[in-house]
Amino acid sequence: MNQTQRLTAVAILGVAIVLGIGFVVHFPWKSEPPRGGPAGADLKLGEYLIQAGNCYSCHTAHDGKPYAGGRPVATPYGTLYSSNITPDPQTGVGNWSADDFWRALHEGKSKDGSLLYPAFPYWAYTKVTREHADAMYAYLKSIPPVSQQNRAHEMRFPYDQRPLLAGWQALYFREGEFKPDPRQTPEWNRGAYLVEGLGHCAGCHGQRGAWGSVREKDIGGGLIPMLNWYAPSLGSKRDADEIAEFLKHGVSSARAAFGPMSEVIRDSLQHLEIADLRAMAVYLASRGDGDEETASGPRLTSAQQKQLMELGARVYHDRCADCHQQAGEGVPRVYPRLAANEAILMRNPVNAVRIVLNGGFPPSTRGNPRPYGMPPFAHVLSDGEVAAVVTYIRGAWGNRAAPVSAVQVASARGVPLD
Amino acid sequence: MWVAVKCSRLALAALLWFAPAHAQQVPDTLEQRLVACAACHGKNGEGLKANEYYPRIAGKPARYLFNQLVNFRERRRQSPAMNYMVGFLSDDYLRDIARYYAMQPPRYPAPQEKPSSEVQARGEALMQRGDPVRKIPACAACHGERLTGMEPAIPGLVGLEVHYIGAQMGAWRNRLRRAQAPDCMANIASLLIPGDVEAIAAYLASLPPPAHAEPLPAGSLKLPTECGGA
Repeated sequence: MNQTQRLTAVAILGVAIVLGIGFVVHFPWKSEPPRGGPAGADLKLGEYLIQAGNCYSCHTAHDGKPYAGGRPVATPYGTLYSSNITPDPQTGVGNWSADDFWRALHEGKSKDGSLLYPAFPYWAYTKVTREHADAMYAYLKSIPPVSQQNRAHEMRFPYDQRPLLAGWQALYFREGEFKPDPRQTPEWNRGAYLVEGLGHCAGCHGQRGAWGSVREKDIGGGLIPMLNWYAPSLGSKRDADEIAEFLKHGVSSARAAFGPMSEVIRDSLQHLEIADLRAMAVYLASRGDGDEETASGPRLTSAQQKQLMELGARVYHDRCADCHQQAGEGVPRVYPRLAANEAILMRNPVNAVRIVLNGGFPPSTRGNPRPYGMPPFAHVLSDGEVAAVVTYIRGAWGNRAAPVSAVQVASARGVPLD
Repeated sequence: MWVAVKCSRLALAALLWFAPAHAQQVPDTLEQRLVACAACHGKNGEGLKANEYYPRIAGKPARYLFNQLVNFRERRRQSPAMNYMVGFLSDDYLRDIARYYAMQPPRYPAPQEKPSSEVQARGEALMQRGDPVRKIPACAACHGERLTGMEPAIPGLVGLEVHYIGAQMGAWRNRLRRAQAPDCMANIASLLIPGDVEAIAAYLASLPPPAHAEPLPAGSLKLPTECGGA
């Protein structure tokens, strides 16, 4: 073989190898299964489902590598630290089989059989189908392994006794895949599957019962333990397209995200297809009315109420109307509407109070990369002025929510910011 | 052709998406987006004198400001208000914000009263010459003789309030303020002893505003220590 022939042979071999690799990349099901994954599992689908489950937010520390765990999760019973779910064999889940992963998701059991704390939302993930669990498993096996030891939980006695979780599971956990409702449309069923399953929306938007119990269908609103943001009821007759737009971009024609929802949108929902977000909204819209306002505010005489509303109106027109407009109508996708905005009308006024005190930005998303921010007013308004302006926006332009007291404002000042 | 159609559709979608904002005349500017920042740092990032925790950000090098915004987001720096404000903003946006404030002209507060000559001498010595025995480099070695910083990421120090300097040094010593490794300021702060920080802070606050406030061009100084953030 002379040099030219040799070069030609090397070139042909090279092209063949490249074509071969191309073939494997394009047709994974015709070749070896993805690294460690069950045959046929689809990495793209797996990544999508991992995003829908928002695994990233909890399993990534603020200053940490993706999915390497270590983020503290404060609970009323102590602090949990999320685990390393990268495929590192020593410190992550590299030694887990697809069955192990399925048991964690579906039964709330770790590889060694020990029971998992329900901060890991297996009470919702149990709805995930086996096919989807396998795709998620395959994706997690494909991400870069990170060697990082899990940090021991810091739970108080008796909550540090894991066997007691058997009691919790017996009382509050019902395992079982999602069963579509044949009377509903496929879109509704897709939405229900995402909301009750991977979305685990009830974790914040439901009322936590005894010992942190949570029902995957309860989305009637609730105060998020430790964070003290009030997660609003999700059931209401809303415009599904507007809700889908909000979930995708963090702002919509009517509202803007704040607090923990910003994280959910940044890390999870903005990555979902608009059709899936719409399906979630269609399902939510079918779940009845939203958070009904009850007159649970401070008892005020009509003279006191009038005084509060007048002070609130003055503060509003001085400080708020430039952006939120004279009649609280807001500016679509820039400054949220305040008139007829459920986030302001809820029984618990803590969100509106905290936003007036601390301001904030909705999340950067692909659809809204440079959000407009709201200034904090904690250092320029007194508790009485904040109470008055929140009372005003809860009571003006057809809004009919209870007034807010200066004491409620004072207690919101001390709350950690996130 | 198909690409062109797709592009024009995208453009149309983008137009529709932003159209209502323009209809209501909200300026499509960073200044308008950042009114949230102006509440504490002033309209042009000049800082608020009333409170030591709202430092000047105008005219600081863009890379320095970007690094700090990222450090706040990733909780390497602790400030509940800042951690919260930038918690969900992207790198791209933070870079734009940093550039915006870097371009604002700095305004300096009036110099504060000079400390006692002993404190003044100690502060000046540490700033300009360091302490070779304790292996403390001079502040001027990195921040420049005029202490106006160096592009792209070393901030100017003139005009910072006494309490702000004290709080930052304390935060470095206690690992409450961290930067990209190697964290040179944390290392240097750990070498300081009681009295050093007070002397540095008092000396700095007493300096008159520099005639040329802009940071030195990149590469003007050979840094005496390795700095991940610089």
